[in-house]
Amino acid sequence: MSMNAQSRLQEILSKGEFAVTAECGPPRGATPEVVRKKGELLKGFVDAVNVTDNQTAIVRMSSIAACSHLLQMGLEPVMQMVTRDRNRIALQSDIMGAYSLGIKNILCLSGDHQSFGSQPDALNVFDIDSMNLIRTVQIMRDQGKDMSGFELNGPPRMFIGAAANPFADPFEYRVIRLAKKIDAGADFIQTQCIYNMDRFKEWMKMAREEGLTEKVHILGGVTPLKSAGMAKFMNNKVAGMDVPEPLIKRMAGVPKERAVEEGINICLETIAELHNIEGVHGVHIMAIEWEEIVGQIVESAGLTPRP
Amino acid sequence: MIVAEQKPLSEIKEIIAPYKKILILGCGTCVKTCFAGGEDEVAVLASALRLACKKDGKKIEIEELTIERQCEDEFIRESAPAVSRNQGVLSLACGAGVQALARRYAKTPVLPGVNTTFIGVLETQGVFTEECSGCGNCRLDIFGGICPVTRCAKKLLNGPCGGSQNGKCEINPETDCAWQLIIDRLKTLGQMDNLRKYIPPKNWCTSLSGGPRKLVREDHII
Ligand code: SF4
Ligand code: SF4
Repeated sequence: MSMNAQSRLQEILSKGEFAVTAECGPPRGATPEVVRKKGELLKGFVDAVNVTDNQTAIVRMSSIAACSHLLQMGLEPVMQMVTRDRNRIALQSDIMGAYSLGIKNILCLSGDHQSFGSQPDALNVFDIDSMNLIRTVQIMRDQGKDMSGFELNGPPRMFIGAAANPFADPFEYRVIRLAKKIDAGADFIQTQCIYNMDRFKEWMKMAREEGLTEKVHILGGVTPLKSAGMAKFMNNKVAGMDVPEPLIKRMAGVPKERAVEEGINICLETIAELHNIEGVHGVHIMAIEWEEIVGQIVESAGLTPRP
Repeated sequence: MIVAEQKPLSEIKEIIAPYKKILILGCGTCVKTCFAGGEDEVAVLASALRLACKKDGKKIEIEELTIERQCEDEFIRESAPAVSRNQGVLSLACGAGVQALARRYAKTPVLPGVNTTFIGVLETQGVFTEECSGCGNCRLDIFGGICPVTRCAKKLLNGPCGGSQNGKCEINPETDCAWQLIIDRLKTLGQMDNLRKYIPPKNWCTSLSGGPRKLVREDHII
């Protein structure tokens, strides 16, 4: 891990504190107030806020712009960047541009395929993959060079994040992939939403055995469920998601008006478990279009006040 | 082979609408194998068009011919007399064939009768799958003989995305995840080490991205 980047998230993680991040999806429009409103809801409860990059391939305000709005409010953004829409020229340019605006964290992703989105007739790019993007940012930061080897006038000192999905297949490859991402330059990892705790623990165990938890900060992903319907939908319709049957039953087992509460309970239980897993250094709360609940979850989980 | 699919009859009717005498020209190589533009398809299409035009009260003369290959001038020349008898040519060859015809017959409109789709294989009778996108720098050696550039929906070179589940690709439960196939095969081959290797960004210069490509074989130039 390089000590060059100086984001608050990095500071907290390197001090060994349990980090809390959340997610903010930019609006489908040009109104900054939407971002600011979400920012207000999260302020004081999280260390950094991930800003998604045209998530699920639906056109939204750019991640960089939304990050910049959050920065102005005193929040620290994690800029998500996918390789689906931009080639290496645009990616490197945007990384430098983002850093020039004060954005110090990046999450490198390949991105959801455009066939899921609102404009499936688009051409995708995928010039490089997420692994290549991680390495690119690392070289830009640590060697001060772009992909052509050109010496940059002021390197972007990003704290580099990557995603991991312990619930995708093939399972035995998932730890190899994590190792590759760490070798490529990932400083921190945010995982897919954890509902299948057994599988997550198994993955963490394998990661520990390979010595990976010594090299990277892993933040476990959680998403509070709102209803049994949502649990089923996530399990069946969202790529790479694994919501075990007992959990769906548990959500279905409570009266409708208590479903939200039960979803939050499950989320809190997950966070409590994450706390006790060796090598997990934080939680990433993805409350999709439900930012107002994040504060309550963080407080109930005993994670306030934030440093 | 190059896999193509015949255009819908309604579209073909529109394309040939300005002409009264048309030659349907088949190709006896790839498009024949994938049932899009061989001799049999030429005959079926010709009858269907004659019938459709009759129904519409439109007079049209349709001539049929199939040559061995439309991408080689040596064979294309055989069609010269038939071409000269007609106002236009509806080619059932791939896009390369259509263009090769257009190159030879500068004054005759050459029209596409098929949609050229991909370089692929016959998986089972009647089922064709895309396997190669002609990137110009083949690395099937490290991927266990399965091409992620073509068969992974995101062209990932460093392993499967988070959407791979039960061997299927996130974009479609009917599509195999190329990376599951690669991993399975590398396991069989005892080459799991390849999976740990970092694969650097691909050099796309050799692909279409570098502009239209030309291959010059000095040793074959007379
Ligand atoms: S690596 Fe390139 S040449 Fe080889 S199969 Fe894939 S697309 Fe075709
Ligand atoms: S599921 Fe497999 S084939 Fe589909 S995009 Fe992901 S890695 Fe590629």
